[in-house]
Amino acid sequence: MKTLIENARLIDPEAGTETPGAVLIDKGRIADVITGDPGGIDADRVDAGGACLAPGIVDIGVKVSEPGERHKESFASAGRAAVAGGVTTIVTRPDTVPAIDTPETLEFVERRASADAPVNVLPMAALTKGREGKEMTEIGFLLDAGAVAFSDADRVVTDTKVFSRALTYARSLDALVIAHVQEPRLSEGAAVTSGKFASLRGLPGVSPMAERMGLDRDIALLEMTGAAYHADQITTSRALPALERAKRNGLNITAGVGVHHLTLNELDVADYRSFFKLKPPLRAEEDRLAVVEAVGSGLIDIISSMHTPQDEESKRLPYEEAASGAVALETLLPAALRLVHAGALSLPQLFRALSLNPARRLGLDCGRLTKGAPADLVLFDPDASLKLDRFKLLSKSKNTPFDGAILQGKVLGTWVGGQKVTADA
Amino acid sequence: MTFRAEHLLGIEHLSPADITTLLDLADQYAEHNRQGRAHRDVLEGLTQINMFFENSTRTQASFEIAGKRLGADVMNMAMQASSVKKGETLIDTALTLNAMRPDLLVVRHPHSGAVDLLAQKVNCAVLNAGDGRHEHPTQALLDALTIRRHHDRLHRLSIAICGDIAHSRVARSNILLLGKMENRVRLVGPPTLMPSGVQDFGVEVFHDMKEGLKDVDVVMMLRLQKERMDGGFIPSEREYFHRYGLDAEKLACAKDDAIVMHPGPMNRGVEIDGTIADDINRSVIQEQVEMGVAVRMAAMDLLARNLRARRGAKAAGVMV
Repeated sequence: MKTLIENARLIDPEAGTETPGAVLIDKGRIADVITGDPGGIDADRVDAGGACLAPGIVDIGVKVSEPGERHKESFASAGRAAVAGGVTTIVTRPDTVPAIDTPETLEFVERRASADAPVNVLPMAALTKGREGKEMTEIGFLLDAGAVAFSDADRVVTDTKVFSRALTYARSLDALVIAHVQEPRLSEGAAVTSGKFASLRGLPGVSPMAERMGLDRDIALLEMTGAAYHADQITTSRALPALERAKRNGLNITAGVGVHHLTLNELDVADYRSFFKLKPPLRAEEDRLAVVEAVGSGLIDIISSMHTPQDEESKRLPYEEAASGAVALETLLPAALRLVHAGALSLPQLFRALSLNPARRLGLDCGRLTKGAPADLVLFDPDASLKLDRFKLLSKSKNTPFDGAILQGKVLGTWVGGQKVTADA
Repeated sequence: MTFRAEHLLGIEHLSPADITTLLDLADQYAEHNRQGRAHRDVLEGLTQINMFFENSTRTQASFEIAGKRLGADVMNMAMQASSVKKGETLIDTALTLNAMRPDLLVVRHPHSGAVDLLAQKVNCAVLNAGDGRHEHPTQALLDALTIRRHHDRLHRLSIAICGDIAHSRVARSNILLLGKMENRVRLVGPPTLMPSGVQDFGVEVFHDMKEGLKDVDVVMMLRLQKERMDGGFIPSEREYFHRYGLDAEKLACAKDDAIVMHPGPMNRGVEIDGTIADDINRSVIQEQVEMGVAVRMAAMDLLARNLRARRGAKAAGVMV
């Protein structure tokens, strides 16, 4: 049976348009996109009531804490959180315990994900064994086993010889390498961004320059190797000119940013609130504004949640000792909608960064609101407001910086492969 | 009486009126201490626990004497040797102690913000005895009292804070306090020992010590930690002493009646020339130690009054 979602505002990130219309779903794909009134079609009808319909979010860099720390997040809980957040594809990070660095562990992830998660789960694999930066993983076997990208997550491969060889090898297999851009010796021990706030709080800070230095090094290695490369998080204005030059020079480079760096700044840490401790740390307001602008211009391609579950014990510590990271699968869309409500981005621009660009970068068919594309969809009301209660999150870990915040934007429905999925266990 | 604070976590939260209230009371206690008068009724029946997660002899002794002079039951916990070493978290330690119903908790911790965190979890008054590089409020208050007694005022003075500003909680608390009381603060030291964002602090920064000390009323020296002396932040101990150590020649740039301060313990021959430290006409270092006891008595007195008022109000079922 076909399904027709009608009376919707269609957000098409490819065309850059926002139009009233309907989407017809058949056999897991978008069978037709109809502007205006669809007329008499024989299908199950869903009345969107004027809400927005967009391609489902493709979230690169989600930490599901299986294997190793299932008490923080499992595939079942992450899957439910994804459905509630309109995320139809989660791309998992390999920084688990142990790291996902062999075809065998990768198969474990795929098996667990397909059994428990109601959304698409695509795994990344580690670039080096044990994420130790010494020897490259079996990139070929891992690709065959289904790895969509290679990354040591938040660890930088400091040995440039190892990194350049891994890039060269990855290039020969057309594998995408995702790197954390940072000069780790400069940022060692840092808990916040350096500056007046860091100094007044007496917290060790890192200069934003460490990010640019990391990016500069990687760009030089890309010139040398020609690999396909994605910088996971660009969070400072100083890194942007280098990124822009690299793109202009035709390097195969894209860049992302986490939603928290687009919506919060260093001052939100206030009196040592460890839920705001992220890696890299939250930046100055002028950096946040520069990065938002770069998403608008397309210089930064991808917005992701950088979903990082942490249990209460790892956060209820003095700030320097507390673990980094925040959960965000469920808050990604409402938080990112702050940029739309603030007039910084249009809805099609937002979904270009949330859905279209990440799908393209990974060579996926989804992320589009076009005839023939997979029917991975999110229906949402961009205006509905909600005061977030972290204990109502579906993630097992509740470490969100938005606890108690008013967020605008509510997911009304999520479809994966043409099937409506729900967050019920 | 304007002082309404529940805890003394930092200078940041105090108003100029709070600071004046604290200093006025401390001034009285300083006189009484000299006269040998005790006030064992002030904290009578209250339990004071000193929790030092970082070694300290003088600050801990100062808090202990202050508490005992006011009649508190004082207990010292050597946290370095305790269950913290067995992996207990700070919050669990706090909750355990809280269950023993202390009234005043004096805490020193190597991490910035740790005392704030602890204060959120207990029902008693918490005094910050130094947290990481963040604040050391009683030190700034005792410095302020010492300055006020020598210059008869605590405003419109020119004060140079010299040395390792970046790693110093004493410097941070002093910058905040002296700024709130409307003084001109100068920071003097090598750029590697200046905190980031210092240009936004509302202070003047000098890398040349003679320039920095020109016509100041107060020269406040900071301790240079041994581990920062070799290569990482400064080239060597002797070059540091040459450029930033306080000697007679550099001190001559300050006003004739300028006082010399140091929070202790001193590294003679590193940040300060021994003869200056011992010069009773310039150095007020011993008086700082004396004022430390008085300031801590005043702080615990005021916090205990507020604590009793809150408990009384709670028992009577009214909000304060």
